[in-house]
Amino acid sequence: MELRLRVQTGFAWLFATVFVPCCAVTLSAPSALADVTSIFRPLSTPAQAVYEISLLTLAICAAIFLVVGGLLAYTIIRFRRRPGDERREPPQVYGSNQIELAWTVVPILIVFVLILATARTIYDVQGAILPADTLNVTVVGHQWWWEINYPKLGIMTANELHVPVSESDRRRPTRLRLESADVAHSFWVPQLAGKTDVIPNRRNSMWIEPIQPGTYVGNCAEYCGLQHARMLLRVIVHAPADFEKWVAAQQSPPVEDAQARAGRDLFFATSCINCHAIKTTTANGKFGPDLTHLMSRETLGSGVITNTEENLRSWVRDPQHIKPGALMPNMQFTDDELNQVVAYLLSLR
Amino acid sequence: MSGQEMALSPAAETPLSSTTRLHELVVTVDHKKLGLMYIGTGLIFFIMAGLMVLIIRMQLAVPNNTVVPPQVFNRLFTMHGTTMVFLVGMPIIAGLMNYLVPLMIGARDMAFPRLNAFGYWMFLFGGLLLYFSYLAAPGLAGAGSAPDVGWFAYAPLTGRAFSRGHSTDYWILSLLVSGVGSMVSALNVIATIISLRCKGMTLMRMPLFVWMVLVVSGMILLAMPPLSAAQIMLLLDRFLGAHFFDTQAGGSAVIWQHFFWLFGHPEVYILMIPAFASVSEIVPVFSRKPIFGYPAMVTATVLIGFISVGVWAHHMFSVGMTAMGNTFFVVSTLLIAVPTGIKIFNWLGTLYGGQIRFEIPMLFCLAFLFQFLIAGLTGVMLGVAPFNWQLTDSYFVVAHFHYTLVGSFIFMMFGAIYYWFPKATGRMLNKRLGLWHFWLFLIGFHLTFDPQHIAGILGMPRRIYTYDPGRGWEIYNMISSIGAVFQAAGVGCLVVNLLRSLRTGAPAGDDPWDAWTLEWSTTSPPPEYNFETLPEVRSRRPLWDLKHPEDPDWKYE
Repeated sequence: MELRLRVQTGFAWLFATVFVPCCAVTLSAPSALADVTSIFRPLSTPAQAVYEISLLTLAICAAIFLVVGGLLAYTIIRFRRRPGDERREPPQVYGSNQIELAWTVVPILIVFVLILATARTIYDVQGAILPADTLNVTVVGHQWWWEINYPKLGIMTANELHVPVSESDRRRPTRLRLESADVAHSFWVPQLAGKTDVIPNRRNSMWIEPIQPGTYVGNCAEYCGLQHARMLLRVIVHAPADFEKWVAAQQSPPVEDAQARAGRDLFFATSCINCHAIKTTTANGKFGPDLTHLMSRETLGSGVITNTEENLRSWVRDPQHIKPGALMPNMQFTDDELNQVVAYLLSLR
Repeated sequence: MSGQEMALSPAAETPLSSTTRLHELVVTVDHKKLGLMYIGTGLIFFIMAGLMVLIIRMQLAVPNNTVVPPQVFNRLFTMHGTTMVFLVGMPIIAGLMNYLVPLMIGARDMAFPRLNAFGYWMFLFGGLLLYFSYLAAPGLAGAGSAPDVGWFAYAPLTGRAFSRGHSTDYWILSLLVSGVGSMVSALNVIATIISLRCKGMTLMRMPLFVWMVLVVSGMILLAMPPLSAAQIMLLLDRFLGAHFFDTQAGGSAVIWQHFFWLFGHPEVYILMIPAFASVSEIVPVFSRKPIFGYPAMVTATVLIGFISVGVWAHHMFSVGMTAMGNTFFVVSTLLIAVPTGIKIFNWLGTLYGGQIRFEIPMLFCLAFLFQFLIAGLTGVMLGVAPFNWQLTDSYFVVAHFHYTLVGSFIFMMFGAIYYWFPKATGRMLNKRLGLWHFWLFLIGFHLTFDPQHIAGILGMPRRIYTYDPGRGWEIYNMISSIGAVFQAAGVGCLVVNLLRSLRTGAPAGDDPWDAWTLEWSTTSPPPEYNFETLPEVRSRRPLWDLKHPEDPDWKYE
């Protein structure tokens, strides 16, 4: 009797700890919709296509789970050992060709349907024909930041990709060419598209077509060394007119601010220029982000801190403190020098 | 563990000095001692990997945490993954195969006993070499420590340019060495099963466990060489300036991924099939029915073995393959769900109409069935390439493969330990502690891994040492970390149970579970020669025939 009680309590527990949480997780997945970087809140054509096939897959899997999991739970409870069972063994059944055939054929049919639906989505996304005026952007992964390059527009920037929104009367998708300067990375902004790896000595490409202006966040999704965690991405989607404005601002040469003269001289006299470029000047380093319009960016250090004067100062003072292992060294500026260099950087709007 | 096992064996009634015992362990070629040594060593590495992951979970419990610096974190997850796959999974399955195969097929030992010992010592040497990296890899320049390139060590992060010092060399060499151990042990298992079966044991009368490990051994022979070859190429890159994976000199980073996953995906099944094998022994005994659809189970296993070598690039849906390439691997990946499904249904069919006894091994089996079902279904989701573009390299993948490797593989290894411990030692494991172990581990498992699915859906990438607040990941990481503590407590119960029951466990007798395969016909622990006279079998359940002479199996098979 005591054993039986224990078994029943055991089952209540098994049910409570295995079956119910699993259902709860399945059912609570839609609540993830509320969160901004959820893959279930797509705001771009390829992400939407992925979302639709995901829903189909989830529905099929949930149905299988309920049927098979339910059968398992029923069987375990129904055929538990009862008092008196010790005296005899249950009927010895070795198998049944009909039943086994049935549970082979049904999964094959399900798999067949899923394969067809999946193939269609793969070809929809990978084989999409984009309009002739599609914006082309080259994204180059570096340890641990993103170089962003608009070859036709002559714009170089970093970590923040600016694209126009796609409207129903005028599609404006963006094709990304993905290259890497060092190791493998992966470009992932969940709301815009699935990820595509960024692999050295290989040209990958992907496309996005955001349908709503705003800022979308993402991150490097392939382990790329020490600061993989701090290789964040932002995609800023503009209304068409705003995008033109942004392009014009980025294409303009850097402003010469007389007050920042001392910092400018210091910047060009130190090894800053070995790694950083500023358009129309002699600074043309390629190892670090282009600084021509540094202050137009929202963040520093590939998303590690927001781009404010105070943060900029602490970043220049010691990047290693904020992002240990980042390839920018501590330049050992005195406080005066730091003020001058930061004043110059602040003038790069 | 082995020392205790010897102390109980009839041959060792006079107490032996500890040096004699140690000497015996070093020189032994007995498949049972080697099997237990494999499992014991695997459990020690399991505890090390578990302690590492506790630090990882501590670091990730809250955003912007600073328990460990990034380089230490990266070493921890690399060592955790490498240890769990190569130094926990592989030796434990090798141990089970070594211990059980000769007993189940009525043989006196493995076909090549000395090769068997060689395999164990190669594995152990490889494992120690990997951990020695903590001390030795810094070298003169003070660069590096333990490997920090992730357990699949993607090129070109492993090249000289990005991995200075010798940490990556330790990773390569240790796995190369222990890989040799795995290969010879697989060869040995195949030879043993082919040539040493007792009289009457045709292939279709072998216990399912034996069938499945036969398939696994074949897979090991197919899967390890690509890894070893790739590792040798990487060594050539690092030391002799070859350019296989050196992208700066025209090498290919993607080819490493192909090599690695050509090993890596079969490897997943290499670990899973021994878990299936244990389920296929335990479920029938505790349901009091023979396995449902034996021929279908054998066919499904062989099919999984074949298909599993054709699915590797489903780990690479995001590397930019052509639409045709992606579709091919979707087809093969989803097809493998069919034989896997057949197995689940057959276990269900075995339970149906039985008298299910809730002993500890069976509890682990039942939890396995639910968890493996979920792991399989999230596997289907990941097999749908477009869904995979979103899910891969996120915490969803982390949750999925822990559902297979912990929720299924580790659960079944625990089940197997509770089931065969009485045979190996002659003593029962304590049931109360076993219940504590089971429930703590079960609750911990679900607390840890269920929320990680959601974190992945919310865009959390794997292998990040920290994250900013505000993307909805905090709560799921916190729950995950709490779960890890439960799991650790569960494993603590197992360790106490093992150590205590070795000395004070209730005597088991030859056949404590009223089981049907040959290993239960000899004494517990079995003598060095296994069987006094080699058995002769007429059906798949020789002990059933013996216990039920009025209604033997061979009448129906």
